[in-house]
Amino acid sequence: MGVAGQGGFPRTGETLSLRPMRLLIIEDDREAVAYLVKAFREAGHVPDQASDGLDGYALAQEGDYDVLIVDRMLPKLDGLSLIRSLREQGVTTPVLILSALGQVDDRVKGLRAGGDDYLPKPYAFSELLARAEVLARRRAGPGAVVEATAYRVGDLELDRLSHRVTRAGHEIVLQPREFRLLEYLMRHAGQVVTRTMLLEHVWDYHFDPQTNVIDVHVSRLRAKVDKDFEHPIIHTVRGTGYVLRVDEARGPGTAS
Amino acid sequence: MTPLDDAPAGRLGNLFRTTAFKLSFAYLVVFATFALLALGYVAWNASRALDDQMVSTIEAEINGLSEQYKLGGLRRLISAVERRAGEPGASLYLVTNAAGERIVGNIDALPTGLIVDPGQTEANYARIGGTQTLEHRAIMQIFVLPGGFRLLVGRDVAERDRLRAVIVRTFGSSVGLVVLLGVFGAWFIASRVLKRVDAMTETTRRIMAGDLDGRLAVAGTGDELDRLARNLNAMLERIGELMRGLRDVSDNIAHDLKTPLTRLRNRAEEALRTAETPDALRTAMEGVIEESDGLIRIFNALLMIARLEGVNAREDFQTFDVAAVVQAVAELYEPLASEQGLTLHVETEGAPLILRGSRELIGQALANLVDNAVKYGGPSGEIRLSAARAGEALRLCVADSGPGIPSEARGRVLDRFVRLEEARSRPGFGLGLSLVNAVVRLHQGTLALEDHAPGLAVVITLPAGDPTGG
Repeated sequence: MGVAGQGGFPRTGETLSLRPMRLLIIEDDREAVAYLVKAFREAGHVPDQASDGLDGYALAQEGDYDVLIVDRMLPKLDGLSLIRSLREQGVTTPVLILSALGQVDDRVKGLRAGGDDYLPKPYAFSELLARAEVLARRRAGPGAVVEATAYRVGDLELDRLSHRVTRAGHEIVLQPREFRLLEYLMRHAGQVVTRTMLLEHVWDYHFDPQTNVIDVHVSRLRAKVDKDFEHPIIHTVRGTGYVLRVDEARGPGTAS
Repeated sequence: MTPLDDAPAGRLGNLFRTTAFKLSFAYLVVFATFALLALGYVAWNASRALDDQMVSTIEAEINGLSEQYKLGGLRRLISAVERRAGEPGASLYLVTNAAGERIVGNIDALPTGLIVDPGQTEANYARIGGTQTLEHRAIMQIFVLPGGFRLLVGRDVAERDRLRAVIVRTFGSSVGLVVLLGVFGAWFIASRVLKRVDAMTETTRRIMAGDLDGRLAVAGTGDELDRLARNLNAMLERIGELMRGLRDVSDNIAHDLKTPLTRLRNRAEEALRTAETPDALRTAMEGVIEESDGLIRIFNALLMIARLEGVNAREDFQTFDVAAVVQAVAELYEPLASEQGLTLHVETEGAPLILRGSRELIGQALANLVDNAVKYGGPSGEIRLSAARAGEALRLCVADSGPGIPSEARGRVLDRFVRLEEARSRPGFGLGLSLVNAVVRLHQGTLALEDHAPGLAVVITLPAGDPTGG
């Protein structure tokens, strides 16, 4: 698990967040922090840092952050206790846990402590960025609370209630799993989603799928959604995953 | 006392410190106390019964004599006393005048003043015809007759005292015997136990010194020490297993990571040396990242196998439907299989197939097997994925129609799972199956390779267990 394609920073134009994120990185490894801060800045975000659990706790309580990135093993106050304390204090900022342990039960422990997502080390930065952006967006809109009943990206529409998908008025017939895959992509339209994120949310498994099983599913979906149309909507982000967006507009899709 | 400095303390000293001895000693004290109390109670009751008997004899005598007195006054009483006093084994009699002087009777002397007060008493006396000293003892009843005369009737207590003495002697000797037997028994038990514990201590010391193959002796009696020895042996076995596993893992990590690490280094070096354009450099860097991702993958798989062999891996077990997992994995791999020209069939019988275990790990194991089947199952054909109940167990099977593994080689391949090192020669395959094997073992199941004619069938048998817990 955990290896999401090749690393490297996404190229310009591949990062499509709605607005810059304010992040707090709580991590004691100086080199790792320096790398993350630089990488997040290059991706257009605003990272802060704390090098131990207590500093991190204080900053997280005061500052208005979109996402906290918390290492599990920290000096003074360990990551899980920090998250637990924050949750007890009513701080609801989404937390992404970084861990060198990275096994199924560790993930469960992390999420039980109040974390929102979990990424085992070593990770590709593109994976971390994609996950952080999804978390930040979940916090941003009021849609965080009530899920939309229908999504629209360009001329592609998906109705969650009637399970109907149309593009430019033409109905597209999807298998149940393809529907869930498209639903997930559309909910995060404009954001990069990685293969492991898809495996986690569409299939509910957290292991390393070894081969490119997800790619084959996406290419099937693509054959139904994009093939007969001039402008593709499902785009591959090299070495990272996929993004759903209307190409000409270069902007994010709208969720209704 | 630490186990390392107890040697010169001496055998007797050791004996007194043993739990067996202390326990035996405590029992001994309790038992002796009880014996004492019981015997004391018996003695006290017996002497009281004798006293009662004497008192009632005295009372009968008095009744008889008072009958005589009523019939014929003092004279008749005196003659009756005279007659009775002469009989063998007689009671004691004495009739005195108001001044306490003897008129008739077989008592010669009494403590001064005794005769004055009426009532029952126990006192010394002297017999007629014996010495003048008050050497005998008796229970007496004294009456005042009209005219100040006194009548005394008594019974000698010598017999009672003799009985008492016998009881006290029995008492002493039996308590002595109890103590003696107890001490001996304690010593016997303690030294027997001690010998075995000493042997165990000696063995554990050898094991601590590094002889990890040493095992504690089991006497075969099935007692507490045997059970302890068995459990300790099982523990040593498990520790040994874990240590071997750990050694295997570190060996494997060393070997498995060395080759790709070398490749990684070569690639980076070559890029530095030859890449001239930014594009060439980018391609080279992407190659390097790809190589390191492969490394991480291997590392994670090895780490996971090691974790599965560990102790706490069963902590997060839950009950779930294996049939649903099989369906999900089939559904996940179906597009990949059909892209390779393979048909993926899935059969689940008698769903839900409830298992207590890790859904994630079973899913991962099945995914690995299907992945192998897609990769090695031949260019076309079919993959069969099935799950069914087989008695108490669940049987999961992934079968392909590829070249398979010849039957004579199958056993060898299975050996490879056990000894990870040989499976390394084909990284993806070997680790994938090793992981499957580790998952199956974690669920206390078995893994078998069977002929699918043509092709290979990998069969996992899992004990279904109690769905409510455990």
